[in-house]
Amino acid sequence: MSYVAKSPWIIHYDGSSCNGCDIEVLACLTPMYDVERFGIVNTGNPKHADVFLITGAVNERNKGVIKQIYDQMPEPKVVVAVGICACSGGIWEECYNILGGTDKVIPVDCYVPGCAARPEAIIDGVVAGLGVLAEKRARMEKGLDPEGKDEAAPEAAVGAPEGTEASEAEKEA
Amino acid sequence: MTVMIISVVAYLILGPIVGGLLAGCDRKITAHMQSRVGPPIRQPFYDVFKLTEKEDITVNNVQDFYVLCFLIFTIVTGCLFFAGQSLLLVFFTLTTASTFLIVAAYSSNSPYAEAGAARELLQVMAYEPMVLLSAIGFYMATGSFDVSQIMTSETMPFFAVWGLFIGLVFIMTIKFRKSPFDLSMSEHAHQELVGGLKTEFSGKTLAMVEVAHWYENVMLLGLIFLFFANGTVAGYVIGVVVALLTYFLEIFIDNSFARMKWQAAINSAWIVAAALGAVNLFVLLLV
Repeated sequence: MSYVAKSPWIIHYDGSSCNGCDIEVLACLTPMYDVERFGIVNTGNPKHADVFLITGAVNERNKGVIKQIYDQMPEPKVVVAVGICACSGGIWEECYNILGGTDKVIPVDCYVPGCAARPEAIIDGVVAGLGVLAEKRARMEKGLDPEGKDEAAPEAAVGAPEGTEASEAEKEA
Repeated sequence: MTVMIISVVAYLILGPIVGGLLAGCDRKITAHMQSRVGPPIRQPFYDVFKLTEKEDITVNNVQDFYVLCFLIFTIVTGCLFFAGQSLLLVFFTLTTASTFLIVAAYSSNSPYAEAGAARELLQVMAYEPMVLLSAIGFYMATGSFDVSQIMTSETMPFFAVWGLFIGLVFIMTIKFRKSPFDLSMSEHAHQELVGGLKTEFSGKTLAMVEVAHWYENVMLLGLIFLFFANGTVAGYVIGVVVALLTYFLEIFIDNSFARMKWQAAINSAWIVAAALGAVNLFVLLLV
């Protein structure tokens, strides 16, 4: 059995968020929501992390940073986009400096919409991500690529909102 | 000889189990102190099993070798202690183990790990005088450096060297990597240098560091236990209870103090070593 879903360590990165979602992410750690119940620890170190939480839209400035953090995380790993800006770019989507949602740069496994995303929704999103994490671990055990790059059709992401790459891939499938 | 083999085997098997459960209790008690529910007590085991399942992304392979040496030497330290060997040998092996960890961190060339390693060196400097003084104290109280001889001494060493006991409990805060002096490792909530010493360790390497930490904790609690061993069951029971209380005290200190600067760690540890350790030894010489 896989232990990866029992001890998800998180790294949180603030793309260009207004801090609304960041405050909600940190609220998850407080006694009120206490995500450590599920073994979730906020590590601050990509090499120790299993879950990558991103808040805010992606722009030219932080594109490289996000890629860097993602590449430094060991497999299996999942990416959770928190808040509508991280999901699709939100109200900034058509701004000249904004590339859009996180999935423009790295593959996203879970989308948590909301402005700001509520702590309950974030916890739900991470827990949904744990399912994906376990699947990726299972794929690794079989000797396959955990991200499913060696498969023809990529699996649809959980709760992908309209207009994102993942949901379009779902329609095509 | 049979007792020696049994206790070494028991340490090898039970060491990580007890150490892991203590770490789990630590997290549970910490959570309750912060009015949270906290993770299950088995959580540290889940963490380590998970780390072994992760991809290996070591940049510099030699660091894995050093971390493995750290684990092996930590285990050897505990085995020597529980086999009833000389305390001096135990302490020198323990220092060798921590040296390997420091070298591992330096070998990674990461600025965070290097800063952590530098701080770990300072921590070693802070606690080492007290550790050596306690070995001398045991010798003066019981007439032997051997753990097996101290275990069966007629009176509890505690009564002769209670100053050293308090001093040793003080430096345990550094050894257990607890808050005012958790300078190098950045355990859990004490983030500062990303991951400090262990920034570049991930997956199996990090798991080895964790397991070594459990082994080390059990050995250190054994040292606390040794102060109360007098060859009777009552002495052993008192020893175990005091060791557990010490662990609880460290958790309490962890949760009630902010992190201090390294200067504070060295100054306070050396002042305690001089005031409690050296004075205690002089009094023993005079009496």
